[in-house]
Amino acid sequence: MANLVMFCILAVVIIGSAIVCVSTKRIMRAATFLLFVLFGVAGIYFLLDYTFLGAAQISIYAGGITMLYIFAIQLVSKRTLQGLQERLHGGRVIAGCIAALVGLATVVVILLKNKFIDMAAQMGDQEVPMEKIGTALLGSDKYQYVLPFEFISVFLLACIIGGIMIARKEDKK
Amino acid sequence: MIPVEFFFVLSALLFFIGFFGFVTRRNLIAMLISIELILNSADINFAVFNRILFPGQLEGFFFSLFSMGVSAAETAVAIAIIINVYRNLHSDQVNSIENMKF
Repeated sequence: MANLVMFCILAVVIIGSAIVCVSTKRIMRAATFLLFVLFGVAGIYFLLDYTFLGAAQISIYAGGITMLYIFAIQLVSKRTLQGLQERLHGGRVIAGCIAALVGLATVVVILLKNKFIDMAAQMGDQEVPMEKIGTALLGSDKYQYVLPFEFISVFLLACIIGGIMIARKEDKK
Repeated sequence: MIPVEFFFVLSALLFFIGFFGFVTRRNLIAMLISIELILNSADINFAVFNRILFPGQLEGFFFSLFSMGVSAAETAVAIAIIINVYRNLHSDQVNSIENMKF
């Protein structure tokens, strides 16, 4: 019951912040409400007893990505910051609303009518032990993930180099 | 015990709010923020499928963990591109990018 109450609070925070995030004209406010959405999603992970995932969500998304957005907003445009440039066209908003509602109805009906909901097991009450996560992340047997782990480190290195290459100032020769 | 349908409806709502933002906004950073919402809803779905439908396994857990890392990298590169576009075109609207070569 307490879980259900917590879920409802988190759902209201997530959905409300997401709606404000996509509908506000000021881009800085959108970034701030994105932060609230990310914290809410981390709360959902904690509610599912995936504490490691929630901590990773807070440290990567809320700590890293939001900072990146705020720096980018401060670097990009003063006019956008003051909310002068973004104009929403009525026609586009209505078309987007209709498309989103149709898609939402389709997805919700498909998810709720599907048979796999009947397989829903009793959710385990204890969290996944850290030892199990560490062994699965760095083991090389079946259902263990050392190859994607190493691959994503190479991928992050490639993205660092790519980001520097794209964002540096070109020398005028 | 929270019914599993609640999580599905929550993530579907989050996905389509992000979709709506992606369709309506014309600011590059706002579109990127909408993409983050969409990725988060997908991550919720992975974690919930793993936890409630297949407890005892860790596939969805690791998929959402790796998806977080990939989206961090994607955001870094996209923001580098946006800053470069702004430096060259002095605008951060998608309409201003008419050809890929400066």
